[in-house]
Amino acid sequence: MRIGVFVCQCGTNIASTVDTERVAQEVKKLPDVVYTTTYMYTCSEPGQQEIQRAIEEHNLQGVVVAACSPRMHEPTFRRAVEKAGLNRYMFEMANIREHVSWVSNDREANTKKAIELVRMAVAKLRFNQPLFPSRVAINKRVMVIGGGVAGIQAALDCADAGLDVVLVERRTSIGGKMAQLDKTFPTIDCSSCILGPKMVDVAQKENITLHAYSEIESVSGYVGNFAVRVRKKATYVDWKACTGCGVCMEKCPSRKVPDEFNEGLSFTRAINIPFPQAIPKKATINRSYCIYFTKGKCGICAKVCPAKAIRYDMTDEVVTEEVGAIIVATGYDLFDPSAYGEYGAGQYRDVITGIQYERILSASGPFGGHIKRPSDGREPKDVVFIACVGSRDASVGRPYCSGVCCMYIAKQAILTKDHIPNSRSYVFYMDIRSPAKNYDEFVRRAQEEYGVQYIRGRVGKIYPRGDRLVVQGMDTLLGIQVEVEADLVVLATGIEASRGARELAEKLHISYDQYGFFMENHPKLRPVETNTAGIYLAGVCQGPKDIPASVAQGSAAAAKVLALFARDTIETSPQVASVTERACIACGKCIEVCPYGAIRWKELKGGVRKAEVITTVCQGCGLCNATCPPKAIQLQHATDNQILAEIEELCA
Amino acid sequence: MERLRVLALNSTYDESFIRQVEMESGQQISRCYQCGNCGASCNYTCVYDYPVNQIMRLIQLGQKEVVLSSRAIWLCAACTACTTRCPCNIEVTKIMETLRVMSLEEGTVSLKDVELFYKEFLRSLKNFGRVFEAGLLPLVNLRIGRPFNDMELAPLVFKGRKIHLFPSFIKGRKEISAIFDRFESWRRKKEDLS
Repeated sequence: MRIGVFVCQCGTNIASTVDTERVAQEVKKLPDVVYTTTYMYTCSEPGQQEIQRAIEEHNLQGVVVAACSPRMHEPTFRRAVEKAGLNRYMFEMANIREHVSWVSNDREANTKKAIELVRMAVAKLRFNQPLFPSRVAINKRVMVIGGGVAGIQAALDCADAGLDVVLVERRTSIGGKMAQLDKTFPTIDCSSCILGPKMVDVAQKENITLHAYSEIESVSGYVGNFAVRVRKKATYVDWKACTGCGVCMEKCPSRKVPDEFNEGLSFTRAINIPFPQAIPKKATINRSYCIYFTKGKCGICAKVCPAKAIRYDMTDEVVTEEVGAIIVATGYDLFDPSAYGEYGAGQYRDVITGIQYERILSASGPFGGHIKRPSDGREPKDVVFIACVGSRDASVGRPYCSGVCCMYIAKQAILTKDHIPNSRSYVFYMDIRSPAKNYDEFVRRAQEEYGVQYIRGRVGKIYPRGDRLVVQGMDTLLGIQVEVEADLVVLATGIEASRGARELAEKLHISYDQYGFFMENHPKLRPVETNTAGIYLAGVCQGPKDIPASVAQGSAAAAKVLALFARDTIETSPQVASVTERACIACGKCIEVCPYGAIRWKELKGGVRKAEVITTVCQGCGLCNATCPPKAIQLQHATDNQILAEIEELCA
Repeated sequence: MERLRVLALNSTYDESFIRQVEMESGQQISRCYQCGNCGASCNYTCVYDYPVNQIMRLIQLGQKEVVLSSRAIWLCAACTACTTRCPCNIEVTKIMETLRVMSLEEGTVSLKDVELFYKEFLRSLKNFGRVFEAGLLPLVNLRIGRPFNDMELAPLVFKGRKIHLFPSFIKGRKEISAIFDRFESWRRKKEDLS
């Protein structure tokens, strides 16, 4: 084989701590290597042309590029060699940047290691075979998991483009957290007035199938052809018959059910529609509070329902949806402030969370839009807001900034003044983070026009004095301890990953970070793609962000799906397992270990069984290869021979 | 205390001071992001010359002289409220303790009365194996020249059996005393070496 080696300097990224010239000279001595050179930026247009020129001039049959991680530029170089007439799998990459030059400053050791890595790549390349992808048809349906504003936006954009959309929502209505908000910053738009029409659109689009009160059971398949099992939880109401008239809710005798939508500030009924604008506007029975289910007798809702829609014998139903792409938009949950004993959340009724205050401010909230203290219903005069409760706090395991609290506090303080003109608001903050269009102006308005008192410092503790609460904090700008007597304290609880996010990620085979937020493929350049082809992200499930950013990501994810679906077929990677039938002993171990169900039995003449790989399902993980006792199953492009050649070269 | 006017940051910055505080306290000073929760939680912020968060800030700026001659480090009651509430998991109490020791070693103690109390406290501990308050308190009062200091509390604490008229001779007194002797000889050796 005639091999060419191209050692990249990556500007000074590699060249400053690796002697690239020496690497090129040393590997020139290897058998089969007929051409070596160094280049300043091999990934650049002229750099790629240099490779193509060398292939032609020196009649190269294989190419090694010693440069960065293959994650970014392996596709670039594969395309480059392919243009020059080589098969794209006759190319190998040695990572001498992330694995060498960025790790150590020891030039001598680095150069030595770089030479070793290139020698290994050459050794492997000698065993490379041309591989050819196959093509499969794309199922042009898309599933959106999560019906908050990001998921709604993604579903609507896909539906507008003519795709069939399956929207899966865990709760009984779509709308997500945004549906619970009163107003939105920095424009003080009414949240449900701008979200409501979008929710109605979802219900009215013929090509959107909505599975509310449903969860993802399992996911199989691959880009273009996923099969998702969705558990539709029993609502005990036939939603096809239910008209959402609300008579059942009115007559239900179980009246002490904490209202989840109102964040526990009021009660709802055991059979309920979560809020007036709910989509779908259908009733659901909460089994743990329903008298029929807990005591065995009642049945009032069944008697009063004019549509005869109550079904006490309903069970969960699992449906399978086949889709070609999945957009994950599962949103977030809020930090539980009871971790801060000194703030007394849960202990003092007038210490509430930001989302609870949203419900209090909302006209459809527990107090009809009048600000009242939960303890005695009195209108508060002094309201204290505490920022960073469960944000930027390593001691509670949340060192990150939630990114929205500074803004929602400013909004809530402004709204407080609007509701109660003679009230005073105090904000304890560490830094004000308002880096978006019209955001800082909004915070300034809170201070300048609404007279909100901003105090720079954290709060040490809160304790009762009479029927009020004393907030003891620090004004770090003055260096003096301060205390504020408050009627109501609002804790700006931060954002955390949604409950069940990790379990869902494992079902989808996507990665998540240490806090449970889903990992994007590249933090800057591939922000809505995951590491799994065909699965995209939108909204806060990827990391804290506000409504505009969530909506933008919803549209971005939809655009990615549309780009994928613009083709009718999709290339599948040939880097998959394949069976040497002669060697297969039909033990079936590979079938047992395959996490994707990509291996099945194949009957030969005379009833002999052999393992067979379904190449379109195989993800190329290599588990079967490692398990197979006679090594009859081999992973293409990472065969035992190739790996052993690398090890032998390293040990030589 | 005299208020600082202008702080010339490069000429007064003492890097070795920061490293020494970090080494002896085991805490990373740069982790503090000045939220002020330590000062907000501290019961003595009202009498400190610099609230705790400012002590932390002064260490970050390498202000050895200001920190080691401050009143705050000697007024600290080591109640650990600051440490409990610190969102950055810094053991502020440990840092304050470190600063007291450094201040002693440098001879920059601002509150001699408090220094005297610490010394007499340890002496009492060495002699009796546990502190003999009824002896310690009048002694300290006499030496600071305020013999009737806090005397009005005496009936209360005796009645509540908080302190006792006679020292309690506990088991292992000699061993405790030996700890002090060992420390003394170790310290002398260390001084000889340097």
